Amino acid sequence: MSDAFDTGMNRTGIATAPIEAPKTIQGAVEGRGPAVDGAAAALMRSTCAREAEPIGTVPPPASLKGAAKTVLKALQGEKASVFIDKLGERLAFERIGARLYEVVLIKAEAYPTWPGGPSREELLEIQRDELSHFGLLQSCIEKLGADPTAMTPSADIAANLSKGIPQVLADPRTDLRQCLEGLLVAELADNACWESLIELAQEAGQDEMVRAFEAALQREELHLGRVKGWLKQGVAAALGAKRSPDQPAARH
Amino acid sequence: MTLDLVKERGIPLDDQSLSWKEMVGRPYSKLDVDAFTRVRVILMNGIESEQLRFLHVAARMNRELREPLARIRRIEQQQQTLVNWLHPADQSPLETTLGYEQVAIELTADIAQKEPDPYLAQTHRFGLLEDFDHLYRYAALYDRLEGGDANNITQSYTDIRPGRPTMVEHRHPLDDLRRPYDPATAHPLSKLHAYTLVAAEHQTHDYYMHVGPLFSDPIARQLYAEIASIEEQHVTQYESLIPPEESWLTKWLLHEATEVYTYWSCLGQETHPRIKLIWERMLQFELGQLRFVRELFESRERRDASEVIPNQLPSPIRWTEHRAFIRETLKQEVNLRASGADYVQAAEEPRRSLERRERLNKDGSPSEAVANGYVWRPGTELSPRARDLAQSQQRSLQ
Repeated sequence: MSDAFDTGMNRTGIATAPIEAPKTIQGAVEGRGPAVDGAAAALMRSTCAREAEPIGTVPPPASLKGAAKTVLKALQGEKASVFIDKLGERLAFERIGARLYEVVLIKAEAYPTWPGGPSREELLEIQRDELSHFGLLQSCIEKLGADPTAMTPSADIAANLSKGIPQVLADPRTDLRQCLEGLLVAELADNACWESLIELAQEAGQDEMVRAFEAALQREELHLGRVKGWLKQGVAAALGAKRSPDQPAARH
Repeated sequence: MTLDLVKERGIPLDDQSLSWKEMVGRPYSKLDVDAFTRVRVILMNGIESEQLRFLHVAARMNRELREPLARIRRIEQQQQTLVNWLHPADQSPLETTLGYEQVAIELTADIAQKEPDPYLAQTHRFGLLEDFDHLYRYAALYDRLEGGDANNITQSYTDIRPGRPTMVEHRHPLDDLRRPYDPATAHPLSKLHAYTLVAAEHQTHDYYMHVGPLFSDPIARQLYAEIASIEEQHVTQYESLIPPEESWLTKWLLHEATEVYTYWSCLGQETHPRIKLIWERMLQFELGQLRFVRELFESRERRDASEVIPNQLPSPIRWTEHRAFIRETLKQEVNLRASGADYVQAAEEPRRSLERRERLNKDGSPSEAVANGYVWRPGTELSPRARDLAQSQQRSLQ
């Protein structure tokens, strides 16, 4: 079966056109205008950045009950909205994460796996974790009197940063190993963000949340380790398949 | 409050121009903007886009009008740029799509209620129930593909539930043609409604045709193809309400009046201060253009423009939710189908439409596949399951 490591008719490089490429280079050189330092473009971008309005705001808490009062007291004013913003970010990411693993489960059925690759049960287990973390964050946000259905600015930015991941995973042409590359990016970001969320919960004096988030981080570390391991084995399996039976493995 | 189209002069055509900075200004905030501001931006892009389309076709058919058409077209294109570039880059094509369907639903619902002609009102209600279903299908796609909650975009103004199922909306082309209004007797509002809806539907078709291939998911790609096909039917439907007998200049005059009417409708209810100023300026541009075309019309056709367009604008579009009206329409008319220019019960639908539909859906229906069992929930359909799972895990840890 062919895979993404196979060589073929890729036409993107300049070496594909040995006769026409030099002419294209010559054309660009002949059409060259006076040298510019790029300052005008930089000025235009920096002016726009100075004049820009924010992506959006954090919605105010719907009610100030129980823990909300405590956290507001601990964080004072604006910092409380930072906590709500970041909780919203994690919530959205975990929710997307549950969908990402759903897609990878389909790919694991459609494409061959390899020794040491993910099993259906392992993928399902992670998918359940993501869903459970989404549920955990819903209840945490509610405890603060905020609205877990709101899209916070950090949630929006995180979704935009990781836009390419669902796009790559949903593409029927990408195989299981290529999809795992997407999961790796997601899990790396997820781990780092859970760490900073724990710090924020500590600052907010939310001990119960800290404990729950530490447990979540442990699971996320496990996910990351698994994805890395599957990928490593996947590349090794592809190399093995490419090697002829009498060709020894390369030394590193 | 109304606007006197005879007295208002607007900004003279020669004084209308925009710089790049004015055209490409600061976008609205996807998170903070009221859903109806997004709806207005989408509609006005559609109005400008239709205007540009019409002016080009007119130029191909009217040698003597080429120069005035070219002059107006240039500024219309700049106006469209200004309006369409108000969309922020963090709003994904699918999120913008949800906005497009909200436009189709709330705008059509308002128009259907105010339409004085019963046949035209029936036509608008017929189209409404189809676009209503599209929102539900796209909401399911957004939830299941991108993990998003469509209500973040629609902001609880609009129900997210099935309408007339998209898979039964596919018809024979001859069952999409309607009877046009009578240009001599039609109420001005009927004309403005038809011109507004054809603009909104046409841009929706073009948008889906443009963004559909940007998706990688096979169901998303098919869903955009399927709904774009319905939008083409809707363009056919609304376009056929406009009598082909209207002269080119009559159509041009009505296009300009529609632009004035829609910008004026936006201005009166806009809550975003910066965008309100844009609507005000664009209204003044359009009044100047209307004046220009009115003079052209009267000098060439040697009749009063008031025979074609009203002297005073009728009541503006109401930018508000129409939930009760839509639910009632759904209850009464979801089983209606089209037979030629008439509406019939599902059992009486012509064989030709059923055959078309069977052929299209023979390998499966994307709109059914995407929304299989879908029920919108606050925070996505995963929300209740996630909550239960988290609670049971918490209990097992204790």
